[in-house]
Amino acid sequence: MFEALNKFFSKNKEQSSKDIARDRLKLVLIGDRTNISPEILEMIKSEIIKVISNYVEIDVESLEIQITRTLGDDGKTSVPALMANIPIKSAKKFNSK
Amino acid sequence: MSEVIVITSGKGGVGKTTSTANIGVALAMEGKKVVLIDTDIGLRNLDVVMGVENRIVYDIVNVIEGVCRTKQALIKDKRFDGLFLLPAAQTRDKSSITPENMVKLCEELKKEFEYIIIDCPAGIEQGFANAIAAANRAIVVTTPEVSAVRDADRIIGLLEANGIYDHKLLVNRVRIDMVKKGDMMNINDIVDILAVELIGVVPDDENIIITTNRGEPAVMGKSKAGLAYRNITKRIIGEEIPFMDLDDKGGFFGSFKRIFGKNN
Repeated sequence: MFEALNKFFSKNKEQSSKDIARDRLKLVLIGDRTNISPEILEMIKSEIIKVISNYVEIDVESLEIQITRTLGDDGKTSVPALMANIPIKSAKKFNSK
Repeated sequence: MSEVIVITSGKGGVGKTTSTANIGVALAMEGKKVVLIDTDIGLRNLDVVMGVENRIVYDIVNVIEGVCRTKQALIKDKRFDGLFLLPAAQTRDKSSITPENMVKLCEELKKEFEYIIIDCPAGIEQGFANAIAAANRAIVVTTPEVSAVRDADRIIGLLEANGIYDHKLLVNRVRIDMVKKGDMMNINDIVDILAVELIGVVPDDENIIITTNRGEPAVMGKSKAGLAYRNITKRIIGEEIPFMDLDDKGGFFGSFKRIFGKNN
């Protein structure tokens, strides 16, 4: 959690005010749309990193995770969706044995 | 088939009443039969924005309580045929009417009008429930500020929870000079965050204040905001109108990109 906050604040130094507004909104809407707290989201994030890292080398710094809206199964209701943007650096070589 | 469209926002002061008045007048300019309903009981304002405040005899609560017939409470606009206003009560409160009352009232008005435009009060309580009860479409008004966008998100969720899936976003009071400097969220940022379809963008325009002073909605004149509302209205009735250039200087595509964000 602190790490995420720190990252936000250090980034903000070069950010324009509208980028700050957008990022703050994205964070606050996660809480508004679901009951997932930033702490839980941070935990989900670290677990995802752990699992994916078993198979591929990922760019942990630019990994993004957010709650957004997407169209549900009925085609008209929008449901909250967990979106993870995970940049892959390279696939890990497996010793197949 | 009549349309019942609620103009809502959650947050106050983002331009619901101004948008209702302008869209209403523009619909009448398109030759549609339109009735505007002010559901902000206790804080009525659509009458002054429309410039008909001196002609109110009966109001929506009188209609619902059976004090008068619906037609007696409707104020006919003297400038446009087919444009009427049903004013809110000023000395009552939101609990004076129920969602059921609104459904019944709109069913009656549907026989007479093609478009019923409902001006929703700020907030998410009784007044909101009343305003959306009869609506089959919604226009969510926001401004490029964190508080307004956050409230718009909440409202979109509540509209869907109440079965209104046809909702579109109107971004009001956009200042292109601030967007260019990176000091105001652009349209792309907002649409991206809210994940909702856009119906139009209205620039921040002093003509809105001037026309409201006079009680003559901006769509009647030649201002940028007025043109934006005319375009929004055409999209409401199903025409495909490209999003307008809010910038005086520079080419169309350049400023289009600036307003909407560089990635688009």
